Amino acid sequence: MLRRIAIVGASLAGLRAAETLRARGFDGALTLIGDEPHRPYDRPPLSKQVLQGTVEPEQTFFRKKDGYDALALEMRLGVRATALDLRDRRVTLDDGTFADYDRLIIATGARARTIPGLASRPNVFVLRSLDDAVALRQELTTASRVAIVGAGFIGLEVAASCRARGLHVTVIEALAIPLAPILTPELCEMVAATHRDHGVDLRTGVTVTNVVGDSRVAGVVLSDGSQVSADVVVVGIGVIPNTEWLQSAGLTLDNGILCDGSGQAAPGVYAAGDVARVANEWHGDSPRIEHWTNAVEQAVHAAENALAGSGASASFSSVPYFWSDQYDRKIQFAGDARRHDEMVIVDGSLAERRLTTIFRRGERLVACLTVNQPRALIKYRKLLAARASWVVALSETAAS
Amino acid sequence: MKIVVDLNQCDLHGLCVEAAPEVFEIGDDGQLHVLNDTPDEGLRAKVDKAVRECPTGAISLET
Repeated sequence: MLRRIAIVGASLAGLRAAETLRARGFDGALTLIGDEPHRPYDRPPLSKQVLQGTVEPEQTFFRKKDGYDALALEMRLGVRATALDLRDRRVTLDDGTFADYDRLIIATGARARTIPGLASRPNVFVLRSLDDAVALRQELTTASRVAIVGAGFIGLEVAASCRARGLHVTVIEALAIPLAPILTPELCEMVAATHRDHGVDLRTGVTVTNVVGDSRVAGVVLSDGSQVSADVVVVGIGVIPNTEWLQSAGLTLDNGILCDGSGQAAPGVYAAGDVARVANEWHGDSPRIEHWTNAVEQAVHAAENALAGSGASASFSSVPYFWSDQYDRKIQFAGDARRHDEMVIVDGSLAERRLTTIFRRGERLVACLTVNQPRALIKYRKLLAARASWVVALSETAAS
Repeated sequence: MKIVVDLNQCDLHGLCVEAAPEVFEIGDDGQLHVLNDTPDEGLRAKVDKAVRECPTGAISLET
């Protein structure tokens, strides 16, 4: 008998799971537990519109129009899950209470990685939560020089937002080019050039070796001996999945929660979003994916399987998709470009910073990246989902 | 159901076009078009998918 479902994690995945459970007719007790004090909100605007000041923090909340009455949730906000007992089907919370469940959906997400020695300083920030964004935005109103550690998507979006505010921006990246683990060298160089043209002082191949200033950071010393002065430091060096509370639960944890194709991590226990590693048929692996659309798809999948029972036969197949807005450029990426054999620019050019590139592995189309060509991305994402061959992808290109 | 799209919010991710091609299309003008803003109930599942997968929350339903 399915009477109680608990969802741990009240961000996008947790919310979409709750919505799906109700939409599929679950009318039992539904508890949504979140460690932040806020109702579910949308994270993509935080590094962009919220930092720039064009969107107010409260505009990022989901369900502004619909509200929560129809979902009939027991919303437990500002409460952190500390342990899971699979045998008793019980989640322990840090306020001394418990949430008992017949089915559990874990969507505890990830948190920003920090740098020891920097993290406790009052003018050093990460950007993950709404509170992070509000605090950073407040600090930016009086700052003039910002140092950003890490040239990943978050670091670069923050850089673009700070430039939009007219601040002096230095980006410090340990690797030789920004986004190196994600894009190919020529695309990384194009992104680097875009930032330099917008006035960002981009320092690559260097790390922070020392901090200047007592309590507040006044600057950082880099491994090449140079010094960067800063009123504000933002650290954007990736995330860590929030699985510590599951350490002794008996789930398989390895850079996230390992799940089968139904999203199930243990009988009756499902996971979704940034914290999950769901076996993905399209991908051929169980990747941990930190993208918005992945959180939605996995949450819906987990919720449907939680209601269906064992769900052992259900499989998950999804083309990873993400986007990044920097200045007037929209970078979109679909697929999996690891170990690709060939990359072809099929429209536009690196020089224009407006292009469509597609990636081949073996005989298959495996990925597509566009800059300011959203319609092309849609076309190739569809071909990717259909597992189109390279020949077909090229013929589609010629036809357009 | 009646579909309402806020074009100011639309960011052309096109996930709605994939979810419900009978209803949504990006035209040659580079804008999202709703081909049928009062689709049959038979398309409900597809339209729901389009609504929940829209990264900018640009699509809403009026019942």
